[in-house]
Order: sequence, then C-alpha cells, then structure tokens
Amino acid sequence: MSEWWTYRLGDFLLFSPRVYWRMFELHNAQFWPLHLLTLAAGLAIAWLALRQMRGAGSLAALILAALWILVGWSFLWDRYAAINWAIVYVAPAFGLEALLLAIAAARGGLVFDKRYLAAWTGLMVAAVGLILYPLLPFLFARPWTTAEVFGIAPDPTAVATLGMVLTASGRFALLLVPIPLAWLLLSGLTLNTMDDPQSWIPLLTAAATVTGLAVRLGRGLPATRARSGRRRR
Amino acid sequence: MDITRRTFARGFAAGAALTLAGTAFGAEPAPAMRVIPSSGEKIPAMGLGSWITFNVGDDPALRDECADVIAAFFASGGRVIDSSPMYGSSQPVIGYGLKKLGLPQALFSAEKVWTSSVDGGRAQIEQTRNFWGVPRFDLLQVHNLVAWEAHLETLFAMKAQGQVRYVGITTSEGRRHDLFEEIMRTQPLDFVQLTYNPIDREAEERLLPLAAERGIAVIVNRPFQQGELTQRLAGETLPEWAAELAVTSWAQFILKFILAHPAVTVIIPATTRVDHVRENVAAASGPLPDKGLREKMAAHIQAL
Repeated sequence: MSEWWTYRLGDFLLFSPRVYWRMFELHNAQFWPLHLLTLAAGLAIAWLALRQMRGAGSLAALILAALWILVGWSFLWDRYAAINWAIVYVAPAFGLEALLLAIAAARGGLVFDKRYLAAWTGLMVAAVGLILYPLLPFLFARPWTTAEVFGIAPDPTAVATLGMVLTASGRFALLLVPIPLAWLLLSGLTLNTMDDPQSWIPLLTAAATVTGLAVRLGRGLPATRARSGRRRR
Repeated sequence: MDITRRTFARGFAAGAALTLAGTAFGAEPAPAMRVIPSSGEKIPAMGLGSWITFNVGDDPALRDECADVIAAFFASGGRVIDSSPMYGSSQPVIGYGLKKLGLPQALFSAEKVWTSSVDGGRAQIEQTRNFWGVPRFDLLQVHNLVAWEAHLETLFAMKAQGQVRYVGITTSEGRRHDLFEEIMRTQPLDFVQLTYNPIDREAEERLLPLAAERGIAVIVNRPFQQGELTQRLAGETLPEWAAELAVTSWAQFILKFILAHPAVTVIIPATTRVDHVRENVAAASGPLPDKGLREKMAAHIQAL
C-alpha cells in the first residue's frame, strides 16, 4: 500500500457500529441457549483453576480449545467475515489457538498455580470475560440482546482464556498468550475507531495480561516451567 | 480551473431543461443530467455510493432497509450505483436490492476491480457481476490504482469486446494524485473517481481541469467526508443566503457546491436512509451556485 502514512484507522473500518452490534444480536439469536452451556463451562474452568485439582489444566485447555474452534468458525468465519473481509485471514488464528490448547491439554503443558499475584490477576481477568462481558450492554446502554458471552463471542472468550493462562504455569502457558492478546488489540482498536466506550475493556485487559506476565517473568517465576499435577508443598 | 460564465451555463443546460420539464408536470423535480464526454450519453448527476452503508452482511432486516434506499433512489430519478469488492458485503446487498426491484432498466452500474493479483482481475469482475445479477457493467474502474497497468489492459480489452461500456480509475482522500494525473494523461479513460468537497479541494488544482481538458467524466466520492463533515455542521444553522439555492440541509448545501463545478459529472453520496437519498437526489435539481457563491460557501463551511 503506497502512501500508507495517509491512512487513518477509520479508513479500514468497513461497517457501521449499528451493523457491528446487530451482528451480535443475530448471532445470539442463532445460538441461544448454547450460551448457558458455554458460560457454565467457563465457570467450571475457573472453579478448576481455584481448586488446582490433578489434570485440571488439561481439562480446562481442552474445553477452551473446543470453544475457540466454535467461536472461530461460527462467529468469525461464518458471520464477521461477511462484513469484514480481513477476518478471513484472522479466523485461522483461532483454529491455531485451539490447536495449541489441544496440544497443551494432551501434553499436560498447562498447570493451574495460584501461589502468585499474577495468578490472582488472572482470575480477575477471567471474571471480566465470564461475568462482566455479558453485562456490558447494561453499562453502555445497548440492547441486552447484543450481549457478548464467553464461548459464543470472541472478546470474552479471549479475555477469559488470557485470565486462565495467567493463572497457570507450564511450558505452554506463554505460547497461548499471543493470539488472544492480538485479538483483543484488534477488537479494542476496532471499537475505538467506532468511538465505542467499550473499547477500553479489551485494551485494558490486554494491558493487565502483559503486566501480569511481565511481573511473573521479571521475578523468575515459573511461567514456562513444566509441571504436572498438583503443586508439591 | 477557471469557471467562466459560459462553461457554467453550458454545463447545466441539460439539467435545467430537465428540471423545468419535471416541475411542469407537477412531479418531483428530476435530478440534473450530465454528459459523459466520451460518448455523449447523459446520466443523472446524483448517484448512490455504497461504502460502509450497504455492508450489512446477511442481516435480513438491514438488507431490506438497503433495498428500500435503492428503491427510493430509482424512484427519485437516480441511476448510477457504485460499489467495490473492497466494500465487504455491499455487492451482494446491492444485488439483493436490484433483484427485489426486478433489475431496473435505468440502472447505470459502476463497479471496480480491486486485487493485487494481475491474473485475478477477470475472475473478480465475474464474481462481482454475479453478486449484482447484471449481464454486464456499465463502468468498471481500477480501485485505488491497485495493479492498475494490468487491470486497465483487461478493462480496455473487455470494452473492446463489448463486455463493459466505460473504463475508469479511482482514488480517494487525495492519495496518489501524481500517478493519477499521469494515467489520466496517457490512458483513454472514460471516467475518473476522486474525493472532492468544500474542505478537500485538492482536485481543483490539476485533476478536475485535466478531466475537462481530456474529456473524462468525473465521479465524486466522499462528499461528506464519510459523514464527518455533516456531523460537524449538524449543530449549525444554514446561512440565510443559502435560501437562493433552495437547500434545506447542509448535505444539499455541500452537494450543490460540488455539483456546481463544471468538471463534475456524478456525485455518489452513500446513505442508509430513504429520506436522505431523496434529499440527495433533490439537491441535483434547482439552482446551482456560480463561482463567486461557491467560494462563499466553502469559506463559510471552513469558518464554522
């Protein structure tokens, strides 16, 4: 692209805010009541993280893998790509994240470990994805039918995934961060270009994740070291 | 370009005649007509763009709203609809609207080829044609000069074979004007499409005079700066002297400013609202400002 410096973010926005939020309405209508199941799965993952049971990390990673496939296919590929051709190139990244999660599940590469501050930051981030996101329409005066629910819409899925990864250690933890982080940056910038006040939520969540990881790595804590089962005392 | 009284009068003769005819029969005033220099064919000076507004995906309610806009556009006397493969789902949405209307014969279809693949141009055009449901396009343009040499070769070949009637190039927001000018000087173009409005007036310096000199029709995109200009003016009152132009809104004020440039052939404002499309088409009828009044209009908007 020549004269790229003359382009603003707004030049890449292909749709109106009205069409964007209508997309969630239609998607919710199509998949209801699957939301109850995905939300329950998300809460179950959070419970597993808190309990630090044997194999909890693998089970959580497996559930997350299934939901990344579902969101990537049903929302990005099948719906969002219709109004934003660039999403065709983004959707496969959701498949890649699902693959990484599946590998992490198979290899025991994700172990919940709540000893550290970063882990509790992760649980708070996960709570944003699981609990706060469905309530955002009420905060921002949108129809409740535009609610974004974990496992159905991409933002809360990415937020909760980052939260879970922050809560875990293991050699796969860092590998699982880039894709949801990049998605939240993309989504935050899209919302910001639409002048939507909600844009700060994905951007702040991304910032909290990076800060949490930096603190953990800075202290030489086990963000990447493989562990198995419940931590030893 | 120096707009003389003579060129001004010549440019609007056809439009004035048609407007008077429409009024005489008690109907809605028809939009002014402008001549395509390369053929002598006349087309209404107000078209319909589709950037953002028609990109509604598979949403059935919003698709019907777009179809209503298209129907109102034709009912008001409009003909030129413009789109691009870059505009998301706009092409199938236009096709949906046209199908609902039974593919109006009045349609003047303006599309673009937009791919960096040198060999992919024809396939993209064919896909676009299927989206619209038309036998062929009236105008095909190279979008933003992407792979322009190869695509122009394809488009000129298609024109020679009767697969398209006119060929053009596009730019927006004042980008790549130097190359744009060079292509205008060297290629047998029928149309160019560029951004022009009371704030973005760069095209007045070289491109619009060159289009007039070379006999190239001009389509004006982004007349409202993607809505930013009309939003900025929304809280302001129209000046009293605007009454002589018979305008009722800032949108009409801006459209008349653009249309009064003698090199301009068609403006393609995009909208999601039936009342706005009627208002836009109505701006192409009635009095237009002369050179002095145009400067006053631009100065007034820039001062607000």
